[in-house]
Amino acid sequence: MKVLVCMSVVPDTTTKITFTDNNTAFNKQGVQYIINPYDELAITRGLELAEANNGTVTVVHVGLADTEASIRKALSMGVNEAIRIDADPIDAQFVAEQIAAIAGGYDLILTGRESIDYNGGAVCGLLGAMLNLPSVNVVTEINYNGGTFEFVRDIDGGRETVTCAAPVVASAQKELCEPRIPNMRGIMAARTKPLQVLPATAANAATVYASYETPAPKRGVKLIDAENASELINILKNEVKVI
Amino acid sequence: MSVVIFAEIDNQQYKKSSLEAISYGKKVASDMGMSCIAVTFNTISGSDQLGTYGADKVVNIASTSEFTADNMSAAFAKACADLGAKIVVISNTYSGKSLAPRVAVSLNASLATNVISYPDTSNGFTVKRGVFSGKAFAYTNLTKDVKVLALTPNSFELNNSGSAVAVESHSVAMDSSKISIVKTEKASGKIPLTEAEIVVSGGRGMKGPENWHMIEELANLLGAATACSKPVSDMDWRPHSEHVGQTGITIKPNLYIAVGISGAIQHLAGVSSSKTIVAINKDPEAPFFKAADYGIVGDAFDVLPQLIQALKN
Repeated sequence: MKVLVCMSVVPDTTTKITFTDNNTAFNKQGVQYIINPYDELAITRGLELAEANNGTVTVVHVGLADTEASIRKALSMGVNEAIRIDADPIDAQFVAEQIAAIAGGYDLILTGRESIDYNGGAVCGLLGAMLNLPSVNVVTEINYNGGTFEFVRDIDGGRETVTCAAPVVASAQKELCEPRIPNMRGIMAARTKPLQVLPATAANAATVYASYETPAPKRGVKLIDAENASELINILKNEVKVI
Repeated sequence: MSVVIFAEIDNQQYKKSSLEAISYGKKVASDMGMSCIAVTFNTISGSDQLGTYGADKVVNIASTSEFTADNMSAAFAKACADLGAKIVVISNTYSGKSLAPRVAVSLNASLATNVISYPDTSNGFTVKRGVFSGKAFAYTNLTKDVKVLALTPNSFELNNSGSAVAVESHSVAMDSSKISIVKTEKASGKIPLTEAEIVVSGGRGMKGPENWHMIEELANLLGAATACSKPVSDMDWRPHSEHVGQTGITIKPNLYIAVGISGAIQHLAGVSSSKTIVAINKDPEAPFFKAADYGIVGDAFDVLPQLIQALKN
């Protein structure tokens, strides 16, 4: 089984998000970068499936050279080889086009449910359509049996079990697995594992980020005495009129 | 030229988020001098009422094939092309999320998800979308001729001042899907979290899953959905599908009530767009009080019974 996992590198979840250049660019100063948490699940489940089925896992990442520490982390988790497509990831459509160019010949292509920076949640479906493959969104379970994958996926207000013959694209949701933590042997081995750097293919931008803003600060909290908590219901009903 | 909206049917009725998408589509269509067409699969009775929310026309695609992301997006994209769609509007539900990217590829369109504003066409075509899991917003310019917009539910007002319209059938060859649905499980009578107008959420301050009946009782009285913080879902007190926050679900209800949740930056990211926020926590220093509109410094086990009693009266 050949598994391809698409990986994003994102600001750590504790990052305070600010912008520079008159709010036209994300302020990278002092920001710690991590593997996108959903992609970490995709890598882990990809490894488990490959290990059980005599397979290999390749990680692909679209990004500049400063993301290589995160790619090495993926290799230290047990990934066999990595590909970095050397380009600034402009938007989901650009990233999907870059990945589609190298994604032939895999049985399973995994992405995270979304990246926690731009939250597009689009690469799974984009890749499916570009490669003319079926795509299964937000999966919490992946099993494999004789060429067919079985997925459990979240749907609105419930869950659904589907099957699909390989090759297929799917996106990882929480609950898929516990992310694997690299051990010392993995970290040593990762140093010499292949990390291929490929040039980007030409692609037209579909979107342009013009500017950013952060949410307006709250006006300040109005405290209600805990002894008289029912006053809250009165306020929500008669002042805010929300219930 | 037209604005085409995907009208999603769930449990034999149109989703509220799809009605929001139709009202949104109508406004965009009027502003840009286009017609507003709602497309539905295997129509239900009452589809003519989509006209009241703004559809100038309802188009139905009938098929006996099972609908999944691959064949449904292909058929919907064909219909969009047939109907001269310049702008395609889909609600960003789980089904919407699986369709929108595939439709964008089929139509060679620009795609924006998590859209929370009407387009600004004064200089190109710009929409505001949520990024960094609720910590920020981005103004995105869609540069291709055709645009696919996936709207965040609960972001736009319903406008039902229109009148009923005719439902036309539209014939599109429907491929069989490569995906087979084996089983569907739906929690009956539960309000989907992303669409709920009121959400009651519990954190570690609830001390254990056995105390969740209070969260559920308050939610029931308010007609609210229930949610939880990350530690609570990590400890399996509650299912992961209830986890709101940066690595969970991002929601924007009209009212969010957080009980026993301290308000870590990752949690606030997922809920800060809520219109009114209430924090209940016994720690007066809890960061949530800085992000809330109303707060009660007190023990959940004292405060919740008072709220429940007040609602029952």
